[in-house]
Amino acid sequence: MADYKQYKQQVLSGETTVVRTVQDFLAKAIQQKHLNAFIELWGEESLMRAAQIDLQIAEGKGGKLAGMVIALKDNICYKGHSVTNSSKILKGFESLYSSTVVERIIAEGAVIIGRCNCDEFAMGASNETSAYGPVLNARDNTRVPGGSSGGCTVAVQAGMCHAALGSDTGGSIRQPAAFCGQVGFKPSYGRVSRWGLLSYGSSFDQIGPITSNIYDCALLMEVISGTDGKDATASSNKVEDYTDLQASNKPLRFAYLDTCLNNKGLDEELRTQSFAIFEQLKALGHTVETVEFPYLDYLVPAYYVLTTAEASSNLSRYQGLTYGYRTEEKGDLDSLFKKSRSEGFGREVKRRIMLGTFVLTSDFYDAYYTKAQKVRRLIQESTEKILESYDFIITPTTPSTAFKFGEKTKDPVAMYLADIFTVQANLSGHPAISIPAGVHSNGMPWGIQLMGKQFGEKKLFSFSEELSKIVSP
Amino acid sequence: MEESIYDKYEPVIGLEVHSQLLTNSKAFCSDPIEYGALPNTQVGVISLGHPGTLPFHNKAAVDLSIKMGLACNCHIREVNHYARKNYFYADLPKGYQITQDKTPICFDGFIDITTKDGVTKRIGIERIHMEEDSGKSMHDQDVFDSLIDYNRAGTPLMEIVTHPDFRTGEEAYAYISLIRQMVRYLDISDGNMEEGSLRCDANISVRIKGVEKFGTKVEVKNMNSMRNVQRAIDFEIKRQIDLIEAGETIISDTRTFDAQKNLTISMRSKEAANDYRYFPEPDLPPLMVGRDWVARIKEQMPELPAQLAARLIEEYNITAYDAQVITELKETAYYFLEICKHTNNYKSAANWLMGAVKNYMNQQAVELKDFPLKAAQLAEIIKLIDDGKLSNSAASQVLFPAFCNKPESNAAALAQELNLIQESDEGSIKPMVEAVLAAWPDKIMEYKAGKKNLMGLFVGEVMKRSQGKADPKLTNKLLMELLDN
Amino acid sequence: MEITNDAIDKLAHLARLEFNGADKESIKQDLTQITAFCEKLNEIDTTGVEPLIYMSTETNILRDDIIVEEITHAEALKNAPKKDSDYFRVPKFLDK
Repeated sequence: MADYKQYKQQVLSGETTVVRTVQDFLAKAIQQKHLNAFIELWGEESLMRAAQIDLQIAEGKGGKLAGMVIALKDNICYKGHSVTNSSKILKGFESLYSSTVVERIIAEGAVIIGRCNCDEFAMGASNETSAYGPVLNARDNTRVPGGSSGGCTVAVQAGMCHAALGSDTGGSIRQPAAFCGQVGFKPSYGRVSRWGLLSYGSSFDQIGPITSNIYDCALLMEVISGTDGKDATASSNKVEDYTDLQASNKPLRFAYLDTCLNNKGLDEELRTQSFAIFEQLKALGHTVETVEFPYLDYLVPAYYVLTTAEASSNLSRYQGLTYGYRTEEKGDLDSLFKKSRSEGFGREVKRRIMLGTFVLTSDFYDAYYTKAQKVRRLIQESTEKILESYDFIITPTTPSTAFKFGEKTKDPVAMYLADIFTVQANLSGHPAISIPAGVHSNGMPWGIQLMGKQFGEKKLFSFSEELSKIVSP
Repeated sequence: MEESIYDKYEPVIGLEVHSQLLTNSKAFCSDPIEYGALPNTQVGVISLGHPGTLPFHNKAAVDLSIKMGLACNCHIREVNHYARKNYFYADLPKGYQITQDKTPICFDGFIDITTKDGVTKRIGIERIHMEEDSGKSMHDQDVFDSLIDYNRAGTPLMEIVTHPDFRTGEEAYAYISLIRQMVRYLDISDGNMEEGSLRCDANISVRIKGVEKFGTKVEVKNMNSMRNVQRAIDFEIKRQIDLIEAGETIISDTRTFDAQKNLTISMRSKEAANDYRYFPEPDLPPLMVGRDWVARIKEQMPELPAQLAARLIEEYNITAYDAQVITELKETAYYFLEICKHTNNYKSAANWLMGAVKNYMNQQAVELKDFPLKAAQLAEIIKLIDDGKLSNSAASQVLFPAFCNKPESNAAALAQELNLIQESDEGSIKPMVEAVLAAWPDKIMEYKAGKKNLMGLFVGEVMKRSQGKADPKLTNKLLMELLDN
Repeated sequence: MEITNDAIDKLAHLARLEFNGADKESIKQDLTQITAFCEKLNEIDTTGVEPLIYMSTETNILRDDIIVEEITHAEALKNAPKKDSDYFRVPKFLDK
């Protein structure tokens, strides 16, 4: 698929129009309905908007994203549009305001084509928990696309839009990107405002782009990043020009985690392939060294204690009070809450709410929650320390390629371990990207992940551009 | 005095006061907070707990909380965290309240209360913390449903918690009155218990005097006036003692006060203790309150009632009683000070303020800010009296009401117009006095025989002859002189 | 960690969820398994380590006390499951 720069050229030269592009995307989306990537297509309004953008471009007034067709994960608010987090509990809910990211991309001329299927309340790694049914990996329909931003990623993968905005709490952008051969970016914590993102793990969540190439990803990040006076946790750190993808031309230092590359859960082929990439980097004059990271086995438990604790509180607002699903059954107030929530939420969500409630109860708070917070500090400090001596941490994004449907749904812990290489960046707050690294002998794509320094998005993008040329010339 | 059973026991009471703050907008969002607005018109996506919304703290709420802390002699905390208190209720849209759990912004303070009999007592303030209010529910409008109005949801609150230093309902009354006065003085709150901008809950237990161990604590809520706080506590103390004397145990429950029947009733909640699962609020970074910030607030603080009263007694030589009445409200005290800029007769100023002005306000049902006369104008009246040109009665009964109706004029001109300027020239009064005495020879005899109250008659007759203008004091003096020889 | 039926009932009540029959057994097993998994954290020595609470280093992020009204009365009530022209409605309950 054409990247945004090429596409913009085509529009300017008259080869195509935004309207035609949107029409094509809509047609592709409808043709590939079986993938179940989109919950709702906003066809009519997209076409009207496309027409407006064509005019703007013709008048030389096009914005930075003029004509870029973007899909939204079903947990990002867009005023006047439905947002449901792929859950029955928000069925029919229409947002009264737009998220900051939506306001910013619209201001720059993007066309929002629809909202995408995801794991319910962003809790999952396979897009199998959605109230709308699973999303299929376009490369192999018997396999999962990854999650929770499965729908978004398949929308890009199957050419139904230029790019998508998803969210990443434990790997929900990067893991599906790896499974579907796309680029997925998780910003540094606080880089992008969470205003209008349905909260899951407040101190983990970030909105990020899913694209087919590095440039588009960097461009979107330039537009959506920065404070907004609405999210008190957003960083006032300066937003740099991420699209300046100038190669550094000096040798860089990469660290790979011993416990990660030696992990018995890591697919053998991915291991060899990763090492092959390391060799390529070394051949180019870079340093690639193993570092100790004793916390790998503790990443996922720490992640689950902390995110479920935050989620158990964040999801309390879904109670059928001022909006959302309310049970039809008669009863008192407590019964209203219990039945609405039990009928409205799916199994995985309820599981996580229960776990989160458990770790916050006064009896267990210290043993689980405080303990996990302490472990988080050790993880953060350790990651920080590695990145003091190295430019990037490099690992495969996932332990395996996309697995088959139903393979991990019986054992919640097995599913949780799919996130083992991605959760570190959410625990520590560092930015991380997954770029397509090749194709496995089973025919499925896989991704290589780079973690950079805090607010080191610029360097991360410029090297990713280089790396993508190395791994898939 | 007979020793009763009740004297054997020592009541132990702590109070939790919630006060709304007089900010323009809510604690964590920008909705307005005017009292009495139409239901659900002062709400927004944040206060309704909509998906994807985040809190953002109001700086003014912090300023006001620091102000109260300083007034209560508290330490102001430097590193503040916010916490979530998790529970489900119809008036709580997010399913949690944002509050401060382990790091209240003010702590370890005290205020001194004075009870009716003049005894002063120090009440320890354990903490003052910031939080947000919930919505309001109504249960009597419909058969099947309760109606919820979220206008109040998110209004900034401060919670003031005392040590269990109270021993009587009366002490509690003195405390809540003082808190109310303080928040009004400091423009922190309008302190209105009936409207709910000031609320009080009590934790009450009793123990045998001399015993260290605390008795079982009972919480009493819904005491929606200062007197009800006193009554509820008095009732509850007696209830607990009666139970113990009857050999029963006190159940640690939550009770509501029934003002009609003057008793506390158990609210019989289903769960013995709700686990609120407090944890640090991840959506709000810490609040650092440094010395500069505290100093700035301290600099801008007005005098507190006690300080002001002391100053009035010291500098203006008014009685302690007068000082207390005048400093009841900040507005009255500052009005008094203003009058005193224009006259040295501070005592008179106090009397006028507490007498005529207060009566006017009561009759017209207005507050001092709507009183028609400026402080300087009141001083004009006082000057006329002090100069002997106006009698007190003429001033208060005729000039004052007229002046209130015509505030654009001035006292001297109006008094002149109304023919009130009294005759204080001895030369003009003496003939009238002589004439009156000449007309009543029998009464003079009765007076000299001992009926001294006939003086009133003589004065009255002189006043008639002078059409009310004779200076009554002078008249009296002249009559005495003439009669006594 | 062994999770009992009683514990499930208490947690479910706190979270305003209900589990009946097979679901209850299922959630009990899930929680037992997941909490056991999380207990792995006890293998790490965290003596003297401060809990990590905030991900950002910024403090005093406060706003000015200005009123901003962004939605109308009608919009506020729009998504309510039960309402009248003025109020949100729920089944009658007693004040606590």
